[in-house]
Amino acid sequence: MPPLLEVDRLVIDARTESGATTPIVKDVSFGIDRGEVVALIGESGSGKTTIALSALGYTKPGLEFTSGEVRLEGRDVITMPPGEIRDLRGQRVAYLAQSAAATFNPALTIGEQVTESPLLHGQMNREEAERRAEELYRALELPDPDRLGRRYPHQVSGGQLQRLMAAMALCGKPDLLILDEPTTALDVTTQIEVLKAFKAVIRQEGAAALYVTHDLSVVAQIADRIVVLYAGDVLEHGNADQVINRPSHEYTRRLMAAVRPPPAAGQGDDALEEHLRDHPALAVRDVSAGYGRLMDGSVAVTVLRDVTISVQRGHTMGIIGESGCGKSTLARVMSGLLPASEGAILLDGQQLQPDLRRRDRDQLRRVQFVFQMADVALNPRQRFGGILGRPLGFYFGWRGRERRQRVAELLEMVELPTEFADRYPEELSGGQKQRVNLARALAASPEVLLCDEVISALDTIVGANVIELLKRLRQRSGVSFVFISHDLSTVASFADEIVVLYAGRVVEQGPTDRVLSPPYHPYTRLLIASVPELRIGWLEETMESRVAQAGIDRVVRMTEIGCSFFDRCPLAIEGVCNRETPPVRHLSGGHAIECHRSEAEFIEGIQAA
Amino acid sequence: MTLLSALLRRTALGVATLFVVSVLIFVGTSILPGDVANIILGQMATPESLAALRTKLGLDEPAHIRYLIWLSDLLSGDLGFSKAGAGTGTVGTPISEMLMPRLINTIRLGGAVAIVAVPFAVTIGLLAAMYPGTRLDRFVTFTTLGLISVPEFLVATLLVLVIAVQLGWLPATAYISGQETGLKLVRALAMPALTLVIVASSQIMRMTRATVLNVMNSPYIEMAILKGVPRRRIILRHALLNAIGPIANVIALNLAYLVSGVVVVETIFAYPGLAKLMIDAVQTRDLPLVQACAMIFCATYIVLIFIADMVSILSNPRLRHPK
Repeated sequence: MPPLLEVDRLVIDARTESGATTPIVKDVSFGIDRGEVVALIGESGSGKTTIALSALGYTKPGLEFTSGEVRLEGRDVITMPPGEIRDLRGQRVAYLAQSAAATFNPALTIGEQVTESPLLHGQMNREEAERRAEELYRALELPDPDRLGRRYPHQVSGGQLQRLMAAMALCGKPDLLILDEPTTALDVTTQIEVLKAFKAVIRQEGAAALYVTHDLSVVAQIADRIVVLYAGDVLEHGNADQVINRPSHEYTRRLMAAVRPPPAAGQGDDALEEHLRDHPALAVRDVSAGYGRLMDGSVAVTVLRDVTISVQRGHTMGIIGESGCGKSTLARVMSGLLPASEGAILLDGQQLQPDLRRRDRDQLRRVQFVFQMADVALNPRQRFGGILGRPLGFYFGWRGRERRQRVAELLEMVELPTEFADRYPEELSGGQKQRVNLARALAASPEVLLCDEVISALDTIVGANVIELLKRLRQRSGVSFVFISHDLSTVASFADEIVVLYAGRVVEQGPTDRVLSPPYHPYTRLLIASVPELRIGWLEETMESRVAQAGIDRVVRMTEIGCSFFDRCPLAIEGVCNRETPPVRHLSGGHAIECHRSEAEFIEGIQAA
Repeated sequence: MTLLSALLRRTALGVATLFVVSVLIFVGTSILPGDVANIILGQMATPESLAALRTKLGLDEPAHIRYLIWLSDLLSGDLGFSKAGAGTGTVGTPISEMLMPRLINTIRLGGAVAIVAVPFAVTIGLLAAMYPGTRLDRFVTFTTLGLISVPEFLVATLLVLVIAVQLGWLPATAYISGQETGLKLVRALAMPALTLVIVASSQIMRMTRATVLNVMNSPYIEMAILKGVPRRRIILRHALLNAIGPIANVIALNLAYLVSGVVVVETIFAYPGLAKLMIDAVQTRDLPLVQACAMIFCATYIVLIFIADMVSILSNPRLRHPK
């Protein structure tokens, strides 16, 4: 029997406005059998999404099929007439996109969107479709399945929406699922839950799947076979075990090397002890902050509570936690973008005004912010010379030749050619733009650099290169870093100290090695356990553990009394943890944990789990 | 924020806006040089007779007292008496009597235009968005841009030239005595209505097309395509629901314009509407009449924008069903 889907010498070109064509997909062939999961891996620009969409007979605007065939059960979908292709989409081949939040229509109910495809194609009547949707909600372990369909997308959480997208794709009982980076935008704890649900449902439905991702650890959990792509070419193609454990192509080996090892003690860089006698570069004392300022100076929604941390000179402070824990808010408070409602921020021992607008120019210069999205942070209408020159003029009054000289130095510092000064942001790749974004902050010669998820939007290899650059910059310049990321592995490899935030409170902090080895706070334990490992079978093992079962797929919720982590904690003590604010336990070596449990109990609890 | 509190907030804001506008209108009409006494007595006036007339008309009271009297009269529905006479009125005619027939004419014309222009423009705008880049789309884009750029007196004059003068199908003026019914009324309204349909439709069409096209670039539209949803349903169900807010707003602005901004068209066709009445009142410095017209125009804007806001809230589940 022929495979379910055959991609046969497929070529797809991009056509520019001037009419010239550049190949995006070059002569790619592979097949998918029934019940099989094939992963397409590669960096952005490797053509993996373009190939995946071709199975639906679809190309993004500006692209066109040039030659080759994509056959579903022997029929070429590229040359299919529009009516037939519409019947194929949703019914026989279904698509799951990267961001469910953007993929669900905000104006329609979840139920209408989930059942739309089978109803339109006449596969089921309304009652059958609704029953089928409800079954899928149950299979995907979604809450309140009988009423979920009447809700709107904004009324459910991000992780739930991601699983609802799977329900939407599966509702028409398709033969083939196309999954396009469906877990990339999720927190680690949500990611494993979604992965588990996908895997179970694919097996149960007997569907085949094409799984597009750049994350090898995820691939290891779900794929039967792997196709490695680079710039539109297939470099390697084989079963999962072979590609992961015995990669034959040099590029695959490089991809493997760029996978950041799971966080463990002993990865952190050793700090330079001689600075410790001075004031910390930046200290935050008992800071609370939130949004919606009320008349009396307090805030309507509190996001941070009683946060105390200090960033030592020349050190890197990593801040971790799931989304909604207040990581970005903390950086905004340090920079003064969001004035703290209580507490103090000290720069080299001197108290700063909470509000950015009331800090003087030199104080502004000394604390710089690097934003997550270089695309949004860099003005698309300015050349890099202008973008980098502006802080030089603003802080140092440099003009003309002096300024151009310094712009060139800055570009060299972030390892970009000096000719880039005449380029516009759109001419560069994501990784290059992030380097310019970094150079813009460095232009002010800051003492503290606040980096908010600076590599989260980048591919594995590109991100790893930016981290290497940051390490070199830190050594050369002595700048202190505050490094925010939801990616624990990156933080572990880069930070001297780690602060773990949960629901706006510091639940654990200390030197990297101490935080990443027992005893740890149950939340830190959960985060570490959730980072996927590049090992087949990891997902199943992890889901068995008590830590994962208690903590995964719950939303971060701030409670007024007691410990906010109570409802996700495997070690929670009823009547204590939900009633009383946990004490801070100071352990040796500057390591502190905020928990009712004692050091001994942490160790026991971990062994039990 | 629940729906009810949103409704109450908007209503309160509308009333507050109306109040601020009433102050502005009063101050604005007060600082105009000369007053009704000057107009009535003309150049022959002596300082004594002016003073006597001002006392009689209550014009010698301090400004804030006059404002409060005016406002309380306005709230009790008493618009006062004309102090100069404009349009069909004379000195001493109650303003409400002068306004009423004009208001009815304006509503007739505006209503006729709205009934034709809104469905027509939204449909054409949607069609253009449904088939972007096609000949239909390019024709719509080009024509509407042209029509928006051409001043409306030119559109009106050209229509008169072709339809009334060359073809002789319709009268060149649209004078209404108030007794017309049926076909006669339609004939009288046809020329000014046609002009306004052309002017108002262009903007609504362009806005509909632009808003829907913008929504068509969203990932959820791509998702609908990949689910095999036919193009018609994508536009009408997936895109239009998300585009209603901006479309409702541009419709509201155009309808308000039909009430207050059509003085050129009314003049060309000698159509006795509200906008022309106000211009006449300004010329004769009939300040109470100017004030009354201005308040009506402003209230129209506020009410229509309020309705448009409510429509956008109702079409947005985020506002309709907060978490």
